[in-house]
Amino acid sequence: MVGKPEPVNGTATAKTGPSPSPATSMSGLKPDLLNNLSFKTLKLKTKQQELLIRVSILCLVYILAFITRLFSVLRYESMIHEFDPYFNYRTTLYLTEKGFYDFWNWFDSESWYPLGRIIGGTLYPGLMVTAALIYWTLRFLSFAVHIREVCVLTAPFFASNTTLVAYFFGKEIWDTGAGLVAAALIAICPGYISRSVAGSYDNEGVAIFALLLTFYLFVKAVNTGSLAWALASAFGYFYMVSAWGGYVFIINLIPLYVLVLLITGRYSMRLYVAYNCTYIIGMLLAMQIRFVGFQHVQSGEHMAAMGVFFLMQVFYFLDWVRHLLSDTKMFQAFLRITVTCAVGIGAVALGVGTASGYISPWTGRFYSLLDPTYAKDHIPIIASVSEHQPTAWSSFMFDFHILLFLFPAGLYFCFKRLSDATIFIVMYGLTSMYFAGVMVRLILVATPAVCLISAIAVSATIKNLTQLVRAKNKVPQTGSTKGGSSTKGSSKGSVDQSQPFQRNGATVLLFGAFYLLSKYATHCTWVTSEAYSSPSIVLAARGAHGNRVIFDDYREAYFWLRQNTPPDAKVMSWWDYGYQITAMGNRTVIVDNNTWNNTHIATVGRAMSSYEDEAYEIMRSLDVDYVLVVFGGVTGYSSDDINKFLWMVRIGGGVFPVIKEPDYLVNGEYRVDKGAAPKMLNCLMYKLSYYRFGELTTEYGKPPGYDRARGVEIGNKDIKLEHLEEAFTTSNWIVRIYKVKPPNNRW
Amino acid sequence: MRKMGLRLDVFLLALTILWAPALSDLVLSKVDRRIDLTSQIARITSTLKVENAGSGLVSEVLLAFPESQAKHLAHLTATPNEGKGKVKGSGISYPVQLVHAKDMPPSLTFYSVSLPKGLGKGDSFTFDVLAVFTHALKPFPEKITQADIQLLVFQDSAHYLSPYAVKVQTLSVKLPDARIESYTRIENTKNIGSEIKYGPYENLPPYSYSPIVVHFESNQPFAVAEELVREIEISHWGNIQVTEHYKLVHGGAQSKGEFSRLDYQARPHVRGASAIRRLVAKLPPRAHSVYYRDEIGNVSTSNLWSDFKKTELEIEPRYPMFGGWRTAFTIGYGLPLHEFLFESDGKRFINISFGCPINEVVIDTLIVKVVLPEGSKDISVSAPFPLKQWQEKKFSHLDLVGRPVVALEKTNAVPEHNQKFQVYYKFNSLAMLWEPLMLIFGIFFLFVTGIVYMHVDMSISKSSASYLAKLQWDEVQAAIQQIRNIITRCLVIHDKVEASLRDLSRTGDIQACKAARKAADGLLKELSKEMKPLLAFLQSSQQAAHLLPKVEELVVKVKDLEERLMVKHSTIVDCYEKKYGGREIENRVASQVQKITALRQEVDDLVEFIDEI
Repeated sequence: MVGKPEPVNGTATAKTGPSPSPATSMSGLKPDLLNNLSFKTLKLKTKQQELLIRVSILCLVYILAFITRLFSVLRYESMIHEFDPYFNYRTTLYLTEKGFYDFWNWFDSESWYPLGRIIGGTLYPGLMVTAALIYWTLRFLSFAVHIREVCVLTAPFFASNTTLVAYFFGKEIWDTGAGLVAAALIAICPGYISRSVAGSYDNEGVAIFALLLTFYLFVKAVNTGSLAWALASAFGYFYMVSAWGGYVFIINLIPLYVLVLLITGRYSMRLYVAYNCTYIIGMLLAMQIRFVGFQHVQSGEHMAAMGVFFLMQVFYFLDWVRHLLSDTKMFQAFLRITVTCAVGIGAVALGVGTASGYISPWTGRFYSLLDPTYAKDHIPIIASVSEHQPTAWSSFMFDFHILLFLFPAGLYFCFKRLSDATIFIVMYGLTSMYFAGVMVRLILVATPAVCLISAIAVSATIKNLTQLVRAKNKVPQTGSTKGGSSTKGSSKGSVDQSQPFQRNGATVLLFGAFYLLSKYATHCTWVTSEAYSSPSIVLAARGAHGNRVIFDDYREAYFWLRQNTPPDAKVMSWWDYGYQITAMGNRTVIVDNNTWNNTHIATVGRAMSSYEDEAYEIMRSLDVDYVLVVFGGVTGYSSDDINKFLWMVRIGGGVFPVIKEPDYLVNGEYRVDKGAAPKMLNCLMYKLSYYRFGELTTEYGKPPGYDRARGVEIGNKDIKLEHLEEAFTTSNWIVRIYKVKPPNNRW
Repeated sequence: MRKMGLRLDVFLLALTILWAPALSDLVLSKVDRRIDLTSQIARITSTLKVENAGSGLVSEVLLAFPESQAKHLAHLTATPNEGKGKVKGSGISYPVQLVHAKDMPPSLTFYSVSLPKGLGKGDSFTFDVLAVFTHALKPFPEKITQADIQLLVFQDSAHYLSPYAVKVQTLSVKLPDARIESYTRIENTKNIGSEIKYGPYENLPPYSYSPIVVHFESNQPFAVAEELVREIEISHWGNIQVTEHYKLVHGGAQSKGEFSRLDYQARPHVRGASAIRRLVAKLPPRAHSVYYRDEIGNVSTSNLWSDFKKTELEIEPRYPMFGGWRTAFTIGYGLPLHEFLFESDGKRFINISFGCPINEVVIDTLIVKVVLPEGSKDISVSAPFPLKQWQEKKFSHLDLVGRPVVALEKTNAVPEHNQKFQVYYKFNSLAMLWEPLMLIFGIFFLFVTGIVYMHVDMSISKSSASYLAKLQWDEVQAAIQQIRNIITRCLVIHDKVEASLRDLSRTGDIQACKAARKAADGLLKELSKEMKPLLAFLQSSQQAAHLLPKVEELVVKVKDLEERLMVKHSTIVDCYEKKYGGREIENRVASQVQKITALRQEVDDLVEFIDEI
């Protein structure tokens, strides 16, 4: 948004510069001539001026995109955020220390005890390899950076690169102005910043770049019909596949787009070349990623692309036949037969493939994307994650701000000037908007499309408005030159007054647009600094005197684990904290955020929701040495284990029917106070969370054992532990660690 | 307790067996020993008065330590006794070295102090011996719960163990607290508050030994650094960066059972009295950019005070450290170079303290690494005590051959080792510029590559159609640019003609106006001549076909404009010659002026269009 006013100004000065308007008076003439003389040496061609302005705007946007993401480093520190990034950081560390082959063949025995996890085959290595390459390059250039700094800054760096891709994409689908606006919009769009602040070392950070790059290259390939661009697009796709599971979106959107082009009669040789090359080479490359493997030919989610591929061949064949057959009637008949046969064969192949099990059916995750209610009923583990919830309107507003209103306007402009490229962006925008509505986290995927389409709206509107304003400006200019020397100004004046409303209106609208855009900028900066820069490992709050209070309990606990437990200790906790415990605590965990084994997670859920002696049996069978729970009752931290507990019950109950959700509820209500269900008051999670909490006064004027996170006095204050003992509790009680005692010696 | 007593007995037995005659004719006429147990480090200060009872000249005095003490001995110095009231440590100390004498009991370790001047017959001399022991205080019981207090055991002899006969001796043991669990009572034992006094004992033979055990309460922090690596990096740009990596353990009684945060919060000095809550590091004054972090990030619990004498950094570990708990962290700070780096006869040397800045920490292994700037030569070290020494290389930013690193290792270090040491090296100041220059050249070459890339024709096939078309298009663009320049110049000349007209209306100088017109005519003619080949080229070129009409239109318009301007000019000049009135003139040129304005507008539009190509 810094971008827009400048090109307008730029061309304006470029115009008035070389053609000095005849000055009215002597005094006006002299400086003008002087100006001309002094600028003669430095004067650039209009085109060069435009290029210079464009490049400098792009550079500024590039830098802006980077530095706006550094709020988290300024507010907190240079650290890895949240949950998944800790796994990525750990694997990157392993990669840089042990090399690529060890990384690829890494069997991680520190997670999913006793099962372990084959890391190389169950992750998207793109992010780690990228960070490691950056690290090795910097090392080669003899910059002694730490791998952590590289990881922390990877996401902002790729966000900056994304602005460049957005510029080229905007240029490809509309014009350079739209490209610049798109770059500026995406640089600070909160929807994207939420996943790419410094420290947010997650797949999405590089994946959005790869996604947009693939789309841009594909559109470029379709526009030019060039094999080189299609090849580049295939490599972009390969990078995307290596980086994020969201590549499924590409492999379905592109065929859909091709299908739409076919239906709307926009089939061309360019499209044929672009799609075939991208699909075949992209598919072959994607098979090199072990986690993806043969899914491109074996899984239901990828079948659409293959179907469209064969359809393209049929189209080409028909085109050729039509070329040979002069008789239209014969061709019609031929067409009918061929299409029927092709569709029939396709359907039979799909049916046989599915029935024989060669083609796997759609996964639950895919279903849950298409149908927002699916996960809630069938896969509690997906539904339990807050970022998988359907999106509220407020978060659309929060993440897009004015783009939400500019989006339909941009769609209007796109429809007004339909081309292969605008059809693509329209389809990308509409589908991704749907997915963004299904899951909060997919706002991220929609963001580039929304920014591009909004950029078209902004750019086209401002261009129209400035043209109006400029057209009017010119007439009064010449009019005034006349008016000074003669009295004939009246005739010119009448021309001016012919459309006064339009000019003023344009000026007002222009100011309105700038106002909106500046509001957007303030909103984005505010959101970035306040909402999206928290690492969520370190919690910050305001103290009574307005001072900043830091709760560093997570790291306190993890560091305690790292230093004061045996190196082979196994820690049981809810899966949310698995990655953090392995990365920061360096201890083996039972389950972690890679939720690949539902039964294992359910076992932990079952242990947490059982009585202590039953839980003890489960923990003994899992070799658990320590149990870690997160508890917010002292500080009022609401995303603790007690609030997540119902999900543990549900997930546990999904596998072990002994656990029944109603046992923990009273009249369908979830309570922890005196009125809570007896099973709730005596289950392991309750006991571990509230052990000795009944003796603590948390808030002045409240009875001891007052839970500040839920605002009630707890129901069971006399908790005795038989098989566990408190090993460590952090200073604000947020993390509590218990040691599982060895079995009693006596018979 | 019983076990310990047994051990002592065995030890005593061994001693009596190995009873050996006195070495020389020296006699200790007076021995005062003060054992300070207020911290985890046991410090024994002995004031010895040596008398030469023999006839020969004696210049060495032997000090004996039983094996159990010798292995904990961290520091031993002998300094002149300057009487009470005077400040100790005037800097003089006598050389002390380990000796292995054959005819000595092997269970004893001997150190010999070289006296400044030999002791003649009957002479006497008084000096202080400070012996510092680490890990000499043993927790007993070895494991305590959070609520228990920490009890320590210390063993020594009530009699001064010496190869010489001792005439008079006393011993006082200073404890941190008046609460004493038990202590060995022999004759002449007194307990006053937190001090236990033994003696005086008179006329004891050599090697007399009378074991005592003190069992007392102490909640002193037992901060033991199992390993401390200090890295001192010198930058000749004005900074010394010190980075210290600690691996700390609480060396006191191991904690067992539950750790209850509730108890600890409610009564921290009762429940968890012996826990390490905070450590204070005394950094040199003007230390800046201080940080405190560990493997998983910054630790936010620290405070920093500084004045002109010192900088004090108070750090809290992430969690209170109970017995046996460990932590690891790093502190770092920068120091101004000119306060620590000096120059003497062509060599530079850094003069900086060796030990760790944190109070009362025992360091099992202390490694100090001095990182010298890249290109340093002739490195040598001078230290006040013996050290293990080796060299390494370190690669930091923009290093090509690596920085030489001097690594020094000392085991069993105590605060007494906080002495200055020096590293001498040669370094050419010009080498400082090497790295900035490298950066500058790197960026310079980046730009040069960019320029070269922009100007070099990278196409492989020089005869392909698209390549030729591109070349032609470049030429067309150049031609159009030239035409545009010519037109700009034409327009400037037009402006000059207009200006001459305005001059005329002001001054009435007809001749000047005519001259201006003449000059303009000449210039315009030249310009139109220049224009011709360019237009011809555009007409011949295929690439310019779609642009040609616009360009030609522009040229025609400019020509038209020129003609009209000239007509206007001649009319006005004419009118002035005929001395018509202003209104008359205006009426005559009015139609021309209107057309000129319109034409000018069109020309401007066309020029703009051509600019946008």
